[in-house]
Amino acid sequence: MPRHRPIAGEVACAVALVVIALGALWQTAVIPTSPIYARVGPTLFPWIASSCLLVIAVLLLVQALRTGFGVEESLTVDWRSLAWVAAGLAANAALIGTAGFVFAATALFACVARGFGSTNFLRDAAIGLVIAFGSYYGFEKLLGVNIGAGILQDLI
Amino acid sequence: MDTLAALAGGFATALTPTHLLFAFVGCFLGTAVGVLPGIGPALTVALLLPITFQVPATSAFILFAGVYYGAMYGGSTTSILLNTPGESATIITALEGHRMARAGRAGPALATAAIGSFVAGTIATLALTFAAPVVVELALKLGPAEYFSLMVVAFVAVSAVLGASALRGLACLFLGLLLGIVGVDLQTGQPRFTFGMIEFLDGIEVTIVAVGLFAVAETLHLATRRKHGEDEILPVQGSLWLSKSDWARSWKPWLRGACIGFPFGAIPAGGSELPTFLSYYMERKLSKNPGEFGHGAIEGVAGPEAANNASAAGVLMPMLTLGLPTSVTAAIMLSAFQSYGIQPGPMLFVTQGDLVWGLIASLYVGNVMLLILNLPLVGLWVKILKIPTPQLYAGILVFATIGSYGVSNSVIDLLVMYGVGIVGLFMKRYDFPVAPAVIGMILGPLAEQAFRQALTISQGDVTTFITRPISASFLVVALLLAFGPKLWSAWVATQQRARA
Repeated sequence: MPRHRPIAGEVACAVALVVIALGALWQTAVIPTSPIYARVGPTLFPWIASSCLLVIAVLLLVQALRTGFGVEESLTVDWRSLAWVAAGLAANAALIGTAGFVFAATALFACVARGFGSTNFLRDAAIGLVIAFGSYYGFEKLLGVNIGAGILQDLI
Repeated sequence: MDTLAALAGGFATALTPTHLLFAFVGCFLGTAVGVLPGIGPALTVALLLPITFQVPATSAFILFAGVYYGAMYGGSTTSILLNTPGESATIITALEGHRMARAGRAGPALATAAIGSFVAGTIATLALTFAAPVVVELALKLGPAEYFSLMVVAFVAVSAVLGASALRGLACLFLGLLLGIVGVDLQTGQPRFTFGMIEFLDGIEVTIVAVGLFAVAETLHLATRRKHGEDEILPVQGSLWLSKSDWARSWKPWLRGACIGFPFGAIPAGGSELPTFLSYYMERKLSKNPGEFGHGAIEGVAGPEAANNASAAGVLMPMLTLGLPTSVTAAIMLSAFQSYGIQPGPMLFVTQGDLVWGLIASLYVGNVMLLILNLPLVGLWVKILKIPTPQLYAGILVFATIGSYGVSNSVIDLLVMYGVGIVGLFMKRYDFPVAPAVIGMILGPLAEQAFRQALTISQGDVTTFITRPISASFLVVALLLAFGPKLWSAWVATQQRARA
């Protein structure tokens, strides 16, 4: 049988799960407990859940190293596309607190559309603005849900 | 007779103008998201969760149920015209339905899917109406130990049985259970898994996790493997009225599909893919000309579509009677019950009779609405299908932002959603199932509650789960589900080796 070459991503996933399980065990250990509840306290269930996760994560790590997950080979990552989407998400998070939802969402919309292959950036921004403004208006005025006015508050 | 009286009361609730409007909006939205690839009922209901702060419970659940049913109808339109299944449960429909559309028979394919969905949906709703009170009677006799063991069955079923790998499914389940622990422990008031941050004291919002997994992760995943070029949308050709021979070939598969679908949805081994596959193979076996399968056999659309819709109604049964969700959408609906302060479970029929029966009655109403929405108005959905991918996904992320940021105006929530999205991206890439994580997160706290109640009653004696007969038999079922398939294939392998 030919030796399996471990796939970096699979090993990384399994290691991440091991780390999460260890983190959960640590967080369980620091849950303060009063002796009254010592028997069926707030820690028993977390102990069980995190140790089970640890066992499974270790098994997955062994599987990743020895045979692999047997998942179909993924397509190569389209980094340009991903970068545009990530940029949109980052712009959204950066702008929403200050400039407000409408501008953040417009930036998000234009960047994501660009990431998915749309070429007309200005047209997308315009569509995004209309959708964002429409939903802002709908939520704010009709439902009374504030989704982040930002600088728009002073403009209208 | 009690059931009929209760159902009549339910219709009185469901047929008020407000509730009809909610049902219509739900069905409309549901069909739309079912038609659009990339968003499904789970994401939609998660995005709609904040309305639980604004409208009464009955209206919200009628809306959610409309979305849930509508998505099942809408998904078939996409499968038939685009060959990209709008929903995972309509993969099979794509097989035969798309071939029919290629052969210029899109009209009959859409018609048999919609009418079959209506027939099966109505039969399954009838089954739900009359079986639910019986299940409730039985469920009221279960104690916390039995409940916990039953939840173990559901956990094993969603994580170890469905999906490609039991190990990866279980990893997601425990990840979900750990996420559910975050926050203040309700019994002792101790903060757990909060890493000392005030933001986590209330636990992690279901909306944020669900939207992160279904909208952000999905978009990121598609962005990494963007395929160039657009799918071709086939025109709706052929009459939307079924011909006499189409009727003759469709009605039996509809009924058989309904009979397969409902039980599969109702037992906590849910999932709607399995019954659609079963129905497909059954129709192929029973067909007089099996050669037609794979080239657009109408039975291959009628049966699976019926099974799909019947299982959707089936899923509502454990959800309403036991508080046990077996699909992601049901799990998110369960969390909506909690945000109203309603305890799901058998007591629901006693304490919230109006709500439950109003909801069930609205399912009948919704089925009629959906039949009308999906056949004469099919042109509208074809237009929705034409929204280009870039703008579609850009729009999905804008609405995801509204869903996560709109509730508390907190950038931290937004960042948590992104974080979940990135985790979800890896899950998708390495084929970790999403459902166990979501169901674990929502059902986990309830399981823990039952676990601790059972142990308190037994004064800390863990054997209570195996000494009580009903609880023990549930655990045996869970073990069989977990290891049965493996043992079976091992046994088959040794038999074959013995013969060879």
